[in-house]
Amino acid sequence: MDKLVLLGDEAIAQGALDGGISGVYAYPGTPSTEITEYIQRSVIAGERSLHTDWSANEKTAMEAALGMSYAGKRALVCMKHVGLNVAADAFINSAITGINGGLVILVADDPSMHSSQNEQDSRFYGKFSMIPVFEPANQQECYDYTYAAFGLSEKYGLPVLMRVTTRLAHSRSGVRRMDPQPENSLHTPDDHTQFILLPAFARKRYRGLLDLQPSLEADAGQMGYNVFQDGKDRSKGIIACGIAYNYYMEVATKHGLDYPVLKISHYPVPSNMLQEIADATEELLVLEEGYPMLEELLKGALKNSYQVRGRLSGAISRDGELDPGIVGRALGLADSSGNGIPEVVANRPPALCKGCSHIDMYNALNEALEPYGPGRVFSDIGCYTLGALPPYNAINSCVDMGASVTMAKGASDAGLRPSVAVIGDSTFTHSGMTGLLDVVVEKTPVTVIISDNSTTGMTGGQKSHATDRLYQICKGLGVEEEHIVELNPLKKHHDENRDRIAAELAHEGVSVILSRRECIQTASKKKKKSATK
Amino acid sequence: MKKDIILAGVGGQGILSIAAVIGMAAIDSDLYVKQAEVHGMSQRGGAVQSHLRISDRPIYSDLIPAGSCDMILSVEPMESLRYIPFLDKEGWLITNSKPFRNIDNYPDEQELFDEIRGMSNSLLIDADRIASEVGSRKVSNIVMLGASAGSLGLTMDSLESSINGIFGRKGEEIIRMNIDALHAGKREAEAQLIS
Ligand SMILES: Cc1ncc(C[n+]2csc(CCOP(=O)(O)OP(=O)(O)O)c2C)c(N)n1
Repeated sequence: MDKLVLLGDEAIAQGALDGGISGVYAYPGTPSTEITEYIQRSVIAGERSLHTDWSANEKTAMEAALGMSYAGKRALVCMKHVGLNVAADAFINSAITGINGGLVILVADDPSMHSSQNEQDSRFYGKFSMIPVFEPANQQECYDYTYAAFGLSEKYGLPVLMRVTTRLAHSRSGVRRMDPQPENSLHTPDDHTQFILLPAFARKRYRGLLDLQPSLEADAGQMGYNVFQDGKDRSKGIIACGIAYNYYMEVATKHGLDYPVLKISHYPVPSNMLQEIADATEELLVLEEGYPMLEELLKGALKNSYQVRGRLSGAISRDGELDPGIVGRALGLADSSGNGIPEVVANRPPALCKGCSHIDMYNALNEALEPYGPGRVFSDIGCYTLGALPPYNAINSCVDMGASVTMAKGASDAGLRPSVAVIGDSTFTHSGMTGLLDVVVEKTPVTVIISDNSTTGMTGGQKSHATDRLYQICKGLGVEEEHIVELNPLKKHHDENRDRIAAELAHEGVSVILSRRECIQTASKKKKKSATK
Repeated sequence: MKKDIILAGVGGQGILSIAAVIGMAAIDSDLYVKQAEVHGMSQRGGAVQSHLRISDRPIYSDLIPAGSCDMILSVEPMESLRYIPFLDKEGWLITNSKPFRNIDNYPDEQELFDEIRGMSNSLLIDADRIASEVGSRKVSNIVMLGASAGSLGLTMDSLESSINGIFGRKGEEIIRMNIDALHAGKREAEAQLIS
C-alpha cells in the first residue's frame, strides 16, 4: 500500500484506524495531541462514524474507552504521561476487569520536560498494572505495533499499553500501511460479571491476571518485537529500549561498532533474553529513554558478577532525554559538538502572545492584589501559566490540572486571606469543578478566577468543554450568583476589572470571576478561514 | 548522499512549511527522510527548530548528532546561531537577516551580523525584502528555502512540484508566488556566492 510521511503520533493514529477501532478517546496533552487530531481529520473516521470527540479529562476518556471495549468494539485512549496519573484508577482496574473488544492505551512521555511538569516513565505503569507494553523505536513500528496491539489485547483479554516519547511522537518519516481491518461487531462480554470488581469477583480476576504473567513474558520473547542482534565485539553488550535503539545504531554505524545488541520494544522483558546477552558479553550498557527501569532490574540489590552501566551507574545522566551524542559518550567516544553557542545569542523563552486575554486579566489581578502583598495566587496548567514569568510574576503555583482551586482552599483553611486561584477554562472542566464543590460546600473564602479564552490554548486550540457553560456550572455547583462576576479582559476596561476583582478579594466567602475573551490565535484562525470561504 | 539540516526560527514563523517542501521533494526523489519537529510549549513565541535528515540510506536517529549538521537554515538571524554546536566544521549557515524581536534583551544587530559573517561558510539573505518584491512578505520562508536549494542535493524541479503539491489547495496565485520566491532566493544566494 501507499507510503505516507507521518509523525510518530500520526502513524499511531493510522495504525489504530487500520486496526479497526470504533473510537478514540482522549484529552489533549503534548506530545500526544496529534494522534486524536489526525483521527478527527481522517476520511475513514468520517465514513465509519467513529467516535473522535475530545473527553473532559483522561479519566473520563479511559472509562469511556473501557465501555466501548465492554460492548465488544476496539478503542484507543491517548494521553500524555501525566494524564495517566489522572486516569490511573480506571487504568489499573482495567487490567483486573480485562477487556472485551481490543483496548490500547497510548501514553506519550516527555523526557527533558519540553512541555511538562515531570518526566515520569510510563513503562512503570505497565509493570504496575501487569499488562503488556509496546515501545516502538520508529514511525513504522508506531504504525505496525498499534495495528497489532488490538489483536494482542483480544488474545490475552487485557488492555495493552503503548509508550512513546516526545522525539518519536513529533518526528516524521515514511510509513507503509497494511490492509484496513473492519470494526468489531457489537457484542457484550460472554460473562456478564466480568466487569464487576466486587471483592469476590475481583480476587478471581486478579488471580487470572497473575496466572497470565508467565505467558506474557514468554510471548515477549517469541513474538519478534524484542530482537537480539549478535556482534563480533563481545567486550560490551547493548540493551536499547525503544527509540534509544536508533541512537545506538546511528553511533554504531558511523563509528563501525559491532557489539551484540538487544533491542527491547515489548514488555514484560523476557529474562532469558537478558540472561543470554549478559552471559555473552563482558559488561552491559543499558540505554533507556526515561527512568533506569531495566538497569535497576539487571543490577538488583545484591552484588552479582555482571557489570551493568547506564543512568544509575552514572554512565548516562540520570535525567533528560537521550541523543546520539549522549549515547556516543557512554560508549567512550569523544564529544562531537562543534563550536559553542556564540555569546550574543539571548534566550527566547515561550511567552504569552501579544493581545492575549490572560495578559489583561493578570494586569488587573496584580493591581487588585497590591494592598495584600505577593505570594497568594495558586495557578494551574495552560498558557496562563506563563503569567509566572516577568513582567507579570503573577502566580505562585502550577502543580497538576485542577490544583489551583484546591490549593487555594487549603491555604485559605490555613488562614491565608485573600487566597486566589487562577485556572483556565479547559483545566477547570478537566479537574477544577470538583475542587470548587469542596470550596462551596465549606464556604471557604477563596477567589477563583477562570481565565476563559474559549479554547484549550496551550495544546493548540482544541475545543473546550467549558465554552458557554461556565456560568451555569458554577451556579449549579452552588456559587452564589452575586459572586459570579463576569469580566471582559481588555485594556480599556482595566480600571473597572481591577476594582471588581478587588471587591471579590475582600469578600469573606466563595467568589468566581469569569474573565472571558477569545484566544487571539483561535480568533485569527477563524478570521482567516471565513476570509478564504 | 546524506544531508542533515537544522531549520531554525521562532514559533509561528513557518519553518515547518520549509520542512514539508524539502521532505516531500526528498520522498519523491526516493530518498529516506526523518524530520523531528517541535510542538507544544515553545511554539508560543519561543525558539523552535526542526532536525531534517535526508539520505539515500536508512536513517536511524531522529536527531542530528552534534557537530555533524550540513546546514543550518534559519528564518531569523539570532536563531541561526543557537544551533552552532550541531554544525559540522564544513557546514553552511544560511539565514534571513530580518530580526524577530519579541524579547527585551535582543542583541545588537551589527554584532549578530558580524558573528554570522565571521563563520567560514555563511549567507545572510534579506528574505523579507525579496519576498515583498515577489508579492508578499509571507513567502520569505520559501525565499530562504530557495537560498539553500543549491546545496540540498535536490533538483529545482522536485522542489517546485513539492510546492505545487503542498500549496495546491491555496490556488494558482499562491503557488506562483511561492515558486517565484524559491527562484528569487536561489538567485540571491548565487549572486552572493559569485561576488
Ligand atoms: C493531566 C494533564 N493533562 C493534559 C495536560 C496538557 N495540558 C497542559 S495545558 C493544557 C490546556 C489548558 O487549557 P486551558 O485551561 O483552557 O488554558 P489555556 O491554555 O487555553 O490558557 C493541557 C491540555 C497536562 N499538563 N496535564
